[in-house]
Amino acid sequence: MNTIFLLIVFLPLLGAIVAGVFGTALLRGTQDHAAHAHHDDDHHHDHGPSWPMYLTTAFLMISAVLAWVAFFDVAIHEQTYKVHVLDFIRSGGMAADWAFRVDTLTAVMLVVVTTVSALVHMYSLGYMSHDLHPQRFFSYLSLFTFAMLMLVTSDNLVQMFFGWEGVGLASYLLIGFWYKKPSANAAAIKAFVVNRVGDFGFALGIFATFMIFGSIEFDTIFAAAPEQAGKTMTFLNWEVDVMTTICLLLFMGAMGKSAQFLLHTWLPDAMEGPTPVSALIHAATMVTAGVFLVARMSPFFELSHTALTVVTVIGAITAFFAATVGLVQNDIKRVIAYSTCSQLGYMFVALGVGAYGVAIFHLFTHAFFKALLFLGSGSVIHAMSDEQDMRNMGGLMPHLKVTWAMMLIGTLALTGFPLTAGYFSKDAIIESAFAAHGGAGTFGFWLLVIAACFTSFYSWRLMFMTFHGKARASRDVMNHVHESPQVMLIPLYVLAVGALLAGALFKAYFIGHDEALFWGKALYRAPENNIVEEMHHVPGWVVLSPFVAMVIGFGVSWLFYIRRPDLPGKLAAANEPVYQFLLNKWYFDELYDLIFVRPAKWLGRFLWKQGDGWLIDGFGPDGISARVMDTTNRIVKLQSGFVYHYAFAMLIGVVFLITWFMFAGAH
Amino acid sequence: MTGWYILSTLTFLPLVGALFILVIRGDDDVARRNMRATALSVTVINFLLSLLAWSSFDPAQSGFQLEDKVVWLGGLMTYHLGVDGISMPFVMLTAAIMPLCIIASWSVTKRVKEYMIAFLVLETLMIGVFCALDLVLFYLFFEGGLIPMFLIIGIWGGARRNYAAFKFFLYTLAGSVLMLLAVMAMYAHTGTTDIAEILSSKQFPAAMQTWLWLAFFASFAVKMPMWPVHTWLPDAHVEAPTAGSVVLAAILLKMGGYGFLRFSLPMFPVASEMFAPMVFVLSVVAIVYTSLVALMQEDMKKLIAYSSVAHMGFVTMGIFSLNKQGIDGAIFQMISHGFISGALFLCVGVVYDRIHTREIAAYGGLVNRMPAYAAVFLLFTMANVGLPGTSGFVGEFLTLTGAFKANTWVAFFATTGVILSAGYALWLYRRVVFGVLQKDSLKAIKDITPREAMTLVPLAAATLYFGVYPVPIMEAVSASVDNIIGQVQTGIAAHEAAIKAAMLSLGN
Repeated sequence: MNTIFLLIVFLPLLGAIVAGVFGTALLRGTQDHAAHAHHDDDHHHDHGPSWPMYLTTAFLMISAVLAWVAFFDVAIHEQTYKVHVLDFIRSGGMAADWAFRVDTLTAVMLVVVTTVSALVHMYSLGYMSHDLHPQRFFSYLSLFTFAMLMLVTSDNLVQMFFGWEGVGLASYLLIGFWYKKPSANAAAIKAFVVNRVGDFGFALGIFATFMIFGSIEFDTIFAAAPEQAGKTMTFLNWEVDVMTTICLLLFMGAMGKSAQFLLHTWLPDAMEGPTPVSALIHAATMVTAGVFLVARMSPFFELSHTALTVVTVIGAITAFFAATVGLVQNDIKRVIAYSTCSQLGYMFVALGVGAYGVAIFHLFTHAFFKALLFLGSGSVIHAMSDEQDMRNMGGLMPHLKVTWAMMLIGTLALTGFPLTAGYFSKDAIIESAFAAHGGAGTFGFWLLVIAACFTSFYSWRLMFMTFHGKARASRDVMNHVHESPQVMLIPLYVLAVGALLAGALFKAYFIGHDEALFWGKALYRAPENNIVEEMHHVPGWVVLSPFVAMVIGFGVSWLFYIRRPDLPGKLAAANEPVYQFLLNKWYFDELYDLIFVRPAKWLGRFLWKQGDGWLIDGFGPDGISARVMDTTNRIVKLQSGFVYHYAFAMLIGVVFLITWFMFAGAH
Repeated sequence: MTGWYILSTLTFLPLVGALFILVIRGDDDVARRNMRATALSVTVINFLLSLLAWSSFDPAQSGFQLEDKVVWLGGLMTYHLGVDGISMPFVMLTAAIMPLCIIASWSVTKRVKEYMIAFLVLETLMIGVFCALDLVLFYLFFEGGLIPMFLIIGIWGGARRNYAAFKFFLYTLAGSVLMLLAVMAMYAHTGTTDIAEILSSKQFPAAMQTWLWLAFFASFAVKMPMWPVHTWLPDAHVEAPTAGSVVLAAILLKMGGYGFLRFSLPMFPVASEMFAPMVFVLSVVAIVYTSLVALMQEDMKKLIAYSSVAHMGFVTMGIFSLNKQGIDGAIFQMISHGFISGALFLCVGVVYDRIHTREIAAYGGLVNRMPAYAAVFLLFTMANVGLPGTSGFVGEFLTLTGAFKANTWVAFFATTGVILSAGYALWLYRRVVFGVLQKDSLKAIKDITPREAMTLVPLAAATLYFGVYPVPIMEAVSASVDNIIGQVQTGIAAHEAAIKAAMLSLGN
């Protein structure tokens, strides 16, 4: 098994290096650049060798097959594999190694990451075929996959942080892949920096863990965690609960990576990256790292009721907030981005009420249908010659029948249509929130039900605006509309199968009666936590509520965009402030610009000009030198003076020193 | 004892090389080529010798090794060299960086002879600092190193080189005078200038420690440089030629940190503990303040210089957290910063040589014509940001871990540095490398040459290697760091015991 794990993780790295070194212009020196010709069908440029792209794709497919092998092995043998790869940081009690720890939770993540990544690699063979630098793209994709795999296989917090930042790097590179676009560059930096805000908390969480436990290795700290329950520590002059503090700090990292409320602003902007990136990183894998983190740290979180409550509340607010914004967006990818944000909120609610398995189940199914939706929208964008605004689409169904069908499956799964994947996982979350009984649980339940209604509305709105109604695109564009090639459609078929069946097939293991056996020790639930059992005994109206919400959302959407297309405009006009508030994403970007970005810049300039320039230099060297120069100017020419001064001063020092020794040595 | 004077050879071989260059006649192309070749071969041989020294260095020992000892001036002073786990990595770093500096200076045409001599003399003095085990010797090397650096800035520097050189002079002079006084006071008290002897058997009374600590601090803080005596650094960097900036950032800045570890902590433990809060405050201010200032810089070199000050803030914070992780991390951070900041200045040098401006606004879209440059620059930018997998992470992480144990406030504010560093570093990268290549002056710019690659690739390899496998450095320093911590703890314990005894006797 060890070799298998090594192959799963390192094949993508190998692919990334090979494609990066031999596929790109790195070794070829300066190239006369051609015009930015992405998606330029009429011209054929020297795209460099194409074998690196096939190589990385092949590596990923091997990796994915092996991941499924590992998954069944781990699930059947219910054991935790450990592989020591290399020593890393050793300093006193701090022992962080490069090592793999594969249990059921990791195995699930391995399957999700490698499968979606392999499909996205394949899809990109078609999608990026007109790009100038496809090799670089594949290199980044594989690099991302490697970092993500390091994250999910880590056996300590430091390696996890390595993966955590590594996916951040890959995300930065991929969002800014089209580096000539200023908006893409800005979005890339924003993603990295906002994530760093989360990492600030994550890092402090690691430091605190080390201070309390003297270790950052999972097995050690999990074993020692119960002893710390209820104890306090001093943090920033406050006497705080140990486990609550650590959990909240770690959760801050999760909020950044998973784009939760307050730290969500980077995700919609991240849609500047090529669409396969959105599918892989900003839907199926990287953004779920926060969910994985909390699930992995379940032995910690179970010890802090406060932290879990915070997780629930933040998750619920995110689910609701993102859904409201999604209602009015016009960019097809941004709608799906907000939807992702919202669905991540669902997962956090499940984590917050202690239903870790349910959260991971939704992570699992969501990966399929959200990647499907993104890749489907990519197919639409590809067909529409890079048009992303849904107001310029419509009536595409006859031209893109296969894409339409795939998107339909994704939409059904996302809205939780009975028996699709989303139906099982999403409804389970809503039920578990209700079953949690507490204030936070009930709060979560209601917000999630409302969000489910919104989800259904914006999902169908997307379908209707894109595929149905009158064609609003120019005739020129419409003439070009074409169905994507098979290399792009096959990944859609595979994901569609997942979106339809992943729920029904795996329900019993993830959340059903085999769940305790399936998860083994990978997820910890305190003895008094019976949420998974209680979840199955909620009242009938609770079970029915998400379905009702879905139907309402569909109905309103149909009314607005099929039956009476004039209604949305009228409604928006009548409620202008609300519409603007939603359209501008609750004005978070403007707010952060006002309270963080501008003050930081102002402060930087102030400290530079006033602090360094006026205060320190003015009263320090410049002030003194001005006096000195006044005098020296009269005596010597300035240019020649300093070196000799200095040497002279030192010489005097040495003479002084030797004299002293002679003198002191004499007595 | 190795039987032959390996540390002395390492220290003085460059000086011998300088003498060789001195006797090369003429200033034509052939002569210049010979000078460069001599300088390069001497520095390369020195690096190979340092590897030899490394192979006979035993990391398990905490004491001094490879010692050379000769009595001087009829017993008044001793010539004493030696290394332990603290100094060995710095000797290696110096020996490794110098050949790269010579290669990077290949295109210098102004006064080649003096230039190469200055660099070789500088190498002697820098290695001397890290090897010296005698206070006087240390002082000579420590202060002497400034003269060649001073000349390098003053002669081969940019437009405002006089101002920069003057500032440099003023700051360091103030510090060094105080240190000199402290050295004399130490001799008066102990009767020896032998560092190893003072470390192993001498102690200073608490009140005296305070003054000695402050005197050394004045010198080391300027060298570090710590806030608020940092303003000489941006100016010095901006005006210095590329190789000068590299040496300054990679090695000279490390002398302050080394001094803290060699003198302040083990010799004045009580004072170190007492002043630790002050150092914490200055470190945190340095990290946050200079990071914010770096954000707004318009000059590439200035930006990197400010970021260096911030990174040195992590070092001082780590050292004075007085625990294993903090000090391990500080040493690692210094070594790693040597690679990274050196490489960043080389990166600036690459484009400066082509376009002759350091102004950020003059660039943009370089990736279009310089893909290899963009890749290398990205690596070092990420290392500067402290991305795990690069050596920049390990030091930052360990110093913060150490600081958290010492004081959570310090760690809290210092960790904001990871956000700010991402801000200024990525913004710089974006403005220089990304975007459309529009400016006419850049239209014909060429990617890095093989010679430039020779300087950057080794640093890239080191940054990645030690980022993934920091064990060699950590192993080398471990025993000596334990030793220092032991000395600090016994020093403090002895002081407390003395106070208790005094209180008891008062009570009686």
